[in-house]
Amino acid sequence: MTDNLFFFLASLTLLCALMVVVSKSPVHSVLFLILTFFTISGHYILLNAQFLAAVNIIVYAGAIMVLFLFVIMFLNQNEERVKTSVVSKVTGTIAGGLLFVVLVAALKDATVRTYDPATFNSQIGMVENLGKVLFSDYLLPFELASVLFLVAMVGAVMLGKKEAGEKHF
Amino acid sequence: MESVDLIYKTIYILVIFGITLLIATYSTYAERKVAAFIQDRIGPNRAGPFGLLQPLADAGKMFFKEEFIPASSNRTLFILGPGVAMLIACMSSAVIPFGDMLIIGGREVYLQAIEVNIGLLYVFGVVSLGVYGLMIGGWASNNKFSLLGAIRAASQNISYELAMGLSIIAILMMTGSLSLREIAAQQAGFNWNIWYQPLGFIIFLVCAFAETNRTPFDLPECEAELVGGYHTEYSSMKLGLFLFAEYINIFVASAVMATLYFGAYNFPFMHELGAIISDDPVIANNVITILGVVVMFAKIFFFIFFFMWVRWTLPRFRFDQLMKLGWQILIPLAILNIILTGGGIMLKDHFFN
Repeated sequence: MTDNLFFFLASLTLLCALMVVVSKSPVHSVLFLILTFFTISGHYILLNAQFLAAVNIIVYAGAIMVLFLFVIMFLNQNEERVKTSVVSKVTGTIAGGLLFVVLVAALKDATVRTYDPATFNSQIGMVENLGKVLFSDYLLPFELASVLFLVAMVGAVMLGKKEAGEKHF
Repeated sequence: MESVDLIYKTIYILVIFGITLLIATYSTYAERKVAAFIQDRIGPNRAGPFGLLQPLADAGKMFFKEEFIPASSNRTLFILGPGVAMLIACMSSAVIPFGDMLIIGGREVYLQAIEVNIGLLYVFGVVSLGVYGLMIGGWASNNKFSLLGAIRAASQNISYELAMGLSIIAILMMTGSLSLREIAAQQAGFNWNIWYQPLGFIIFLVCAFAETNRTPFDLPECEAELVGGYHTEYSSMKLGLFLFAEYINIFVASAVMATLYFGAYNFPFMHELGAIISDDPVIANNVITILGVVVMFAKIFFFIFFFMWVRWTLPRFRFDQLMKLGWQILIPLAILNIILTGGGIMLKDHFFN
């Protein structure tokens, strides 16, 4: 049951992710990206990480993608489609193929680490355990990340601030 | 999961779904009656006794109107828009505990569709998705006014989600749990969260009005500036679904407010009442639970009435006033509320332990 669900979700994820790249209209791309986030949240739930699943939906699908959609909807959709030249297509294909070869070479000998049933804790993804781990073992990285966000926020406010003598409306 | 549980869950989910749709349907009737009462009119009274069949007549009219799809619109997304709005509106009632536990034949039956330990985050996530239906519909109409209406709806929802999330955090600090069943159970008797979180409740209430696009924050649909807002190009039942989703959102927002702040299915003296009714704990429990469901729905109906009351009492905001209220007043207030709650918890631990 879980296996089938995983393969179904994984193929759906790959299909949606592919459609993000293939779609001609940017709005369709964004909508497929949102679907991709949903399927990734499905994976989190299969891994018993409900908190991550919910936060992934709230932050990425609920907030960031809305802003993406916002910007793209304001772009003129009747614009002439940019023609890509043959040279860039050929170079793109070659670069992509090379990257694929490197990936295959790197992952060829890799083994998937299996879990140890003796020490495995299936409740590790629950919000309570996650909070305890975040505020004890990983306190420093957690606080550093929050400082980073604060800095980014201050920067955004500085950029958006009205300068002296400037009038918008 | 046992098959009996599975069958019970299926029935319960279908019942909750049906109740949601029924309440949303009759909210349209109630809205017109309340408006009529406030404006000293009679309101709908032709279809059936007291006009009770008016929602059916409205739906029938909606279904038989001409289906119109603009020529240069994005057809798929245009049809998808109202569907997404409706789907997302129906999703969030799954985790709301409409009642406590019934004991039937020795089996404990919880009156909640799905119990997840992140119930509150689930509701919040679904609310944050609510804007997609409007945005997709507004953009796909290929009409500048629709697009502007959709953009307004989106920016309004995003802005008020922040203050809403911050006001919820204060509740979480007090209860220490994200599960809605746990939050409801902690408010047993008259120990409701509203007594500890009056400021948080007011912030949540204002944000709930903004999230459901109700007056005084119904700026996405503005006749004078935007023709009709995001549903300018919609007709027939597609328009009906947009409007209907708004009423479902009101129901869900009322249910969440009742659960978080007004004690869900709890009412004063519930345990004493149970002891008076019967010595048998099973019967006492079941009677109290059924009374609790009635109380829960009474609270929900009160909040739905409150939504309508405000709509016909207050004038609407201007858009820049709306943004200013959200970002410059509600968010600092919510942060202040978090600090006060934290200080209160520290003081309580220090002096009363």
